[in-house]
Amino acid sequence: MSGRVRRRILAVGRGLLIGAFVVFAAFPFAWMGITAFKQNADLYNPQNNPFWFNQPPTLEHLHYTFRKTQFARWVVNTALVGLGVVTVTLLLTVPAAYSLARLLGRWGERASIAIFLVYLVPPTLLFIPMSLVVTTLGLQNTLWSLIVVYPTITVPLCTWLLSGFLRGLPRELEEAAMVDGCTRLGALGRVLLPLAVPGIVTVVIFSFTLSAQEFVYALSFVTATAQKTVSVGVPADMVRGDIFDWGPLMASAFLASVPVAALYYLVIERFVGSFTLSGVLR
Amino acid sequence: MAVAQGIASALSRGRTWLERERVLAPALVTPAVAYIVLLVGFPFLFALYLSWTDATTGNPFGRFVGFSNYVLVFEDPVASRALRNTFVFTLTAQVAVMVLANVLALALRQPFRGRGLVMFLLLLPWVAPVSLSTIGWLWILHARFSVLDWALRELGLLPPGANMFWLGRPELAFGAVVAVHVWRMLPFATVVLLAGHAAIPKDFLDQAEVDGANLWQKYRHVMMPLLAPVAAVSLLFGTIFTFTDMTVVYVLTRGGPFDTTQVLASLAFFKGIVGGNLSVGATISLLLFPVLLVAAVLVLRAARRVEVGW
Repeated sequence: MSGRVRRRILAVGRGLLIGAFVVFAAFPFAWMGITAFKQNADLYNPQNNPFWFNQPPTLEHLHYTFRKTQFARWVVNTALVGLGVVTVTLLLTVPAAYSLARLLGRWGERASIAIFLVYLVPPTLLFIPMSLVVTTLGLQNTLWSLIVVYPTITVPLCTWLLSGFLRGLPRELEEAAMVDGCTRLGALGRVLLPLAVPGIVTVVIFSFTLSAQEFVYALSFVTATAQKTVSVGVPADMVRGDIFDWGPLMASAFLASVPVAALYYLVIERFVGSFTLSGVLR
Repeated sequence: MAVAQGIASALSRGRTWLERERVLAPALVTPAVAYIVLLVGFPFLFALYLSWTDATTGNPFGRFVGFSNYVLVFEDPVASRALRNTFVFTLTAQVAVMVLANVLALALRQPFRGRGLVMFLLLLPWVAPVSLSTIGWLWILHARFSVLDWALRELGLLPPGANMFWLGRPELAFGAVVAVHVWRMLPFATVVLLAGHAAIPKDFLDQAEVDGANLWQKYRHVMMPLLAPVAAVSLLFGTIFTFTDMTVVYVLTRGGPFDTTQVLASLAFFKGIVGGNLSVGATISLLLFPVLLVAAVLVLRAARRVEVGW
């Protein structure tokens, strides 16, 4: 009996603990969501209970965000950059990962670790020379600057992820296809790639979300409002002069961050699994 | 066409396969490697070059000035402060993350109803774009309309009409930056530790239970040794992310008040990109490199242990 009571107390305690962490993690997003629907008169009265709608909810901030700011443009820009980065990443990553996983043997494994280490090189180490590279190429203030530079983040990570994924697929299927008369590239295209679709989807989602999240390069290369992506446009250009317009700011931050978060959430397990279970050295 | 196919299949059976692979293997890797060399390797060398010159945006190649930028940076009180802040922020945040992540992973280890939704909410800080989520914090910590201030006033901990000015006072701004870093890295460390938990053989825990071990004893003597290598990997990743981050500081405080929360990355941005002083900016950025190098070596070591561990 006392054992049951103790277990019950333990379970409740665990629930409260998890609940507290959930509040800590999700509160800023909930707060964005609430703020987005509050009238200014309600927001800017320090006497008001901020957890409560002291005046009826309003869609005014959403209207403002879409009609009076470049938010929609930034969303389109983010999607275009994302698509560009995904394309470049796939073109570079798929052949490289195949070669590392299947053709280069022991050296392939070592090389894929070396490539992974490049992922640890942060934008804040390279943004100054990189901005000169971008200027030299004549790409400053264009979306192209980001499409050219973001693969420095996505290619190392995705090459390593994908080569690990391919290494986990059985060799015998391709060998059988080659015995049946397929060329090596034919076996790659007809047998291996269809099996690698889950890995390739992971690469696509990763490349897209990493480019949608990136801030440092975008802040450094693009100063023209119309060419910004969401992650820079919202923090930098939703502010009029020194005045923070909190309603539209929170509305746009909420609308932009939650879909990206949901997309990233789909692949996080694969990322974590890759370097815990199989080890970075696989 | 038929001839070509015939030749191809003949080749495929012959010993010339090896030679074809010798061509194919490098041909397929080269584009990716060339891209990395051109856009990571070259800019890195360029950063080194810039740090030895007096380059500015107006004169991007500059004149050779030896190590004088490094001397300048080490003598500059703001840069020294940024260097110290970078270490202190990282260390404080990572200690807190490790403690909290261990507690949270322990609580989440066993399945329960609604775990999927809970995991999504817990992971939000890591999977959402950090520049946008930090704006949420900016509003929570607002000088006049902070929800925290309102709560403190309601609880009587703050006199009516008073504010904390979270981001306006150096010690509070410091705490705010650390807190946001902890908030952001905690989910990542937690899922990594959960993956570690999942790999602990159930027999070990059952046996400990049979032997009468309580939760703390099970954690201390069974889980902790098995989690250590995974925890090390997550700690190193967290360290690299926090150490090199400029977004949290940039959005939250712009390095203020009075440069007291400036970190190397944000200072490099203000000097190099905003101020156009490329050489000094590049020099400050490069101060990140030694720590990165050590962390990368440790990542490799830790990963090797993880692999042996399983």
